[in-house]
Amino acid sequence: MTDSRMDTAEGDFGGVTSTAERPILEVKNLVMNYELKGGGMVSAVEGVSFNVPKGKSLGLVGESGCGKTSVALTLMQLAADNARVLGGEVVLDGDDLLKLDREQMRRRRWTDVSMVFQGAMNSWNPVYTVGEQIRETMDIHWSPKPTTAQARAKIVELFNLVGINPEMIDRYPHEFSGGMKQRAVIAMALACDPKLIIADEPTTALDVIVQEQILQELKKIQHGLGMSIIYISHDIAVIAEITDLLGVMYAGKIVEIGSTAEVFARPRHPYTWLILSSTPSITGPRRALAPLVGEPPNLLDPPTGCRFHPRCPFATQICVQEEPTLMEISDGHSIACWNHEQVPLTLKVDA
Amino acid sequence: MTSRNGEVRVKVQDLHKLFPISRGLFRAPTDFVHAVDGVDFEIKAGRSLGLVGESGCGKTTTGRMLVKLDDATEGTILIRDSESGEMLDVTEIRSKTEQRDFRRNVQMIFQDPYESMNPRRTIFDTVSEPLAVQNIGTTEEREARVVDLLRLVGLTPPEPFLFRYPHELSGGQRQRVAIARALVMEPTFVVADEPTSMLDVSIRISIMRLMLELAEKLGVTYLYITHDLAVARYMCDRIAVMYLGKIVEIAPTEELLTNPMHPYTRALLSAVPVPDPTYQRPVVEIEGGVARAINPAPECRFIARCPFATDTCRTEPHPGLDDRGNEHHVACHMVGPDGSWNGAERAVLSLRS
Amino acid sequence: MVIKDKDPAEVLEPTLEEVAGVVVGVGEDLPESLWRVRWRLGWAGFKKNWRLFSENKIGMFGLALIIFFALMAIAHPLLRGVGPWQADNIYDPVIGFDAVAIDYEVVATEADVADPVTQIDVRTAQLWCFGVIPGDVCTINQTPAPPNADHWLGTDPLGRDVASQLTYSTRAAFFLGSIAALVTVGVATTVGAIAAFYGGWLDNFLMRLADLVLLLPLIPILIVVSGMFEVTMPLLGVLIGILSGFGGTAIVLKSQALSVKVKPFIDAARVSGGSNMHLIFKHVIPNVLPLSFLYMMFTVTEAISLEATLSFFGLIEAPMTWGIMLSTAQTQGYLRSGLEFWWLLIPAGVAVSLLAAGFFFVGRAMDEVINPRLRSR
Repeated sequence: MTDSRMDTAEGDFGGVTSTAERPILEVKNLVMNYELKGGGMVSAVEGVSFNVPKGKSLGLVGESGCGKTSVALTLMQLAADNARVLGGEVVLDGDDLLKLDREQMRRRRWTDVSMVFQGAMNSWNPVYTVGEQIRETMDIHWSPKPTTAQARAKIVELFNLVGINPEMIDRYPHEFSGGMKQRAVIAMALACDPKLIIADEPTTALDVIVQEQILQELKKIQHGLGMSIIYISHDIAVIAEITDLLGVMYAGKIVEIGSTAEVFARPRHPYTWLILSSTPSITGPRRALAPLVGEPPNLLDPPTGCRFHPRCPFATQICVQEEPTLMEISDGHSIACWNHEQVPLTLKVDA
Repeated sequence: MTSRNGEVRVKVQDLHKLFPISRGLFRAPTDFVHAVDGVDFEIKAGRSLGLVGESGCGKTTTGRMLVKLDDATEGTILIRDSESGEMLDVTEIRSKTEQRDFRRNVQMIFQDPYESMNPRRTIFDTVSEPLAVQNIGTTEEREARVVDLLRLVGLTPPEPFLFRYPHELSGGQRQRVAIARALVMEPTFVVADEPTSMLDVSIRISIMRLMLELAEKLGVTYLYITHDLAVARYMCDRIAVMYLGKIVEIAPTEELLTNPMHPYTRALLSAVPVPDPTYQRPVVEIEGGVARAINPAPECRFIARCPFATDTCRTEPHPGLDDRGNEHHVACHMVGPDGSWNGAERAVLSLRS
Repeated sequence: MVIKDKDPAEVLEPTLEEVAGVVVGVGEDLPESLWRVRWRLGWAGFKKNWRLFSENKIGMFGLALIIFFALMAIAHPLLRGVGPWQADNIYDPVIGFDAVAIDYEVVATEADVADPVTQIDVRTAQLWCFGVIPGDVCTINQTPAPPNADHWLGTDPLGRDVASQLTYSTRAAFFLGSIAALVTVGVATTVGAIAAFYGGWLDNFLMRLADLVLLLPLIPILIVVSGMFEVTMPLLGVLIGILSGFGGTAIVLKSQALSVKVKPFIDAARVSGGSNMHLIFKHVIPNVLPLSFLYMMFTVTEAISLEATLSFFGLIEAPMTWGIMLSTAQTQGYLRSGLEFWWLLIPAGVAVSLLAAGFFFVGRAMDEVINPRLRSR
């Protein structure tokens, strides 16, 4: 019995093929701008829609300024003071988060959806032990408040889950290595058993070997607990490793979305194709890479029509005039491009 | 710039950098951090060497010593002077003229495009600073040279950029300016310290391509410092892998990737993320031990993390970086003179799927 | 590695060239000489800062105060030269004298005073008229006189016009403030930059010196110094500047210089071949100067208040300052007179407070302009 919501006219976002369940998160046409002092509006998130199926991970990939972090912050009502949500819905397990007032959202935060922020491993308070800080989170969000024994038991469970020796609960952050700090942050995000975790650049500041270990842990946790996770990263290789679904963002819009395997195997949007073709890798040919020209656009005054057209090798007249909408081109795989048929099927360009 | 391909441009011998841990105002320090502990390598004209390793391995310190931002504790650094053709010993530079010649031959590109330029000086000031400091040319000549260089690094048209301030440029543009500044005195050797790691992915490749083009056009030799093996593969002819102040393996790029011998190199290669969801990642064979950078013991530095350490490794001093053929040098007791593996069974590491 | 880039929510302003009107075409030679272009860009930069500054109400208020006093300083020579005060020397702030002379008939005792307006007892009369006996006429000058048509703020106990004194002293206050401020900036910036740049024992020495200076009680020292030497206004300015400069300000500027010193662009300049002097003066100090100017404002505040205090004790060698006005009131016994002789106390006191406050407010507003920029850069 398929949920009819999955076959709406807007297309099937998220590449869900068999589950009868409703996605844990449904974002529909989210529009968010930053209002500037002089009166201008920066169009940071422009009509973003995606679904996160239960127990799956979705990656949001894009350059700085593409809006991926803005989407995450808007979801949790943590965006800056000058952020204005101008439209759209964010439905978490049936409830529209955008319609909640501050107190209601505060109660939802961490218990329903939690976040691992960029650089979170550096935001441990050095004068309290890690255990105390996680306990604080639980005190704030658990209802009723946990007893000392309950809190302790939960933290031990969390540390075992993320692979830290429970002895470290009563140690101070400076006694943790970088990798351990990041694991502890993940533990804290799990402290209230949320339905959804958003991880923003979870491994960016870590060395490559530690990064790989953390990614493996995250995959294990996700599969073990059946967690739904949104990963945000600029690093497409990391996203390739840990996500089931992938959304590519550019200048505030999702330009391509589908299962990770599908998007990597058959990138149909020129931006995705160019990114994949210009990422150096230790496998594959050494130097056959296609460069992207130009710079990401100014969101105060974005290009007309398709926002990528100034940098697109396949742009034609219609791209300048009309903005493409997301169109499904195969099962679960949607792109927003007028000329996607021009995009070559082979990934690398001959140098 | 005369460059006979094949001649050695840079030669580093037994380079050490020790940082003392002070014990107080009047007591001599007894503990030292061995940031760089006996590094040797050579770079030939027009080639590039990648210095790869995780944080704390000493690659940045090595780079800084090569441009004389830090002084070596021990060892020699020889750089070929473009004018005289002789090798200058960087560690023995005393006079102001020697210093000046050195700065003309060796330059650096920094990692952070935002902080490596004085925010109160215009682009013209920044790029022409080497010329101004060394009193080269008149103001008009310097202007013309800066304009040429800006055009060379892809900032066209160059004139509007001359009097902009750094905060008006994007990260990619700033890094191009940094490259222009490094090249303004026509150096023969450039140390690039992670020049693309703080840039957006879509811009990285164009900066890297620019550096390759310029290397070819101007005959510049590079030392490319990075933590990213994929980037090192793209940019460099040879790669040296550093761990805790020592080079553990050095080989031509493709040779290193197809035939890595040192356990650390293999662990690194297994851990590098690959933009391919179908990639079958080999098991990362490494232990979680903590190694000492302060007053390290004489045996192999990698023991604490090596899954293949034997008694030999524990009793013998740290292995030398020996040639195993094919210009491939490895510092490991378990690797035979012909490159064969004499240690415990290990997984097959093949990056060619 | 953290990817940094422009925050899309940042205001994207026109480039300085657009503001300065420097437009250079492709392939053309630069139409103007370098220094011209720099000057135009400098001006455009100033306009940009002004816009930020002018949004701050307190700063504008402070600026208004300063302008008000500046006008007052100019007013004095104008009024004395071509204005209504040129006529008589009675308006000279130091030696002028104007008083209404009133004749009193001297009577024997207080009990005999029938009409206090025209009669006065002999004992009181003898305070003013020497050797007078009942029956004589004693002419007493009425000083200090309250504000009237001739003297807008009245006269002081010595018959001098208060308004003239007030405006004359403004110049001295500005003069003192500027000297103190410039000396502070010079000393503190250099000390801070050198300590930060060279580190080691030099740093230690300079910072311990700064600690020492901080500990010294400023006023008692100045009192002792002025007891030993003739402290004129310029000398006072230099003294305040040095003591201020070596003290807390140097410590703050040193930490700013330190944060500049570790930035990669210092390394880059060194690799370009810059000597230590080049690095200090061309790179470190220009990035510390905005903060120096900020502290300069606070030094002016301090200097003006200090001067008032010192001249209150009569320790300054100057013809007339606000502090001397207050000092005169005190020595003549009018300090505790309350509001009855308000024109002797309030104008000078308010002038000191307001001018000091004006500079302080400007300093606070500059803080907001400077610091966010220092942070984001």
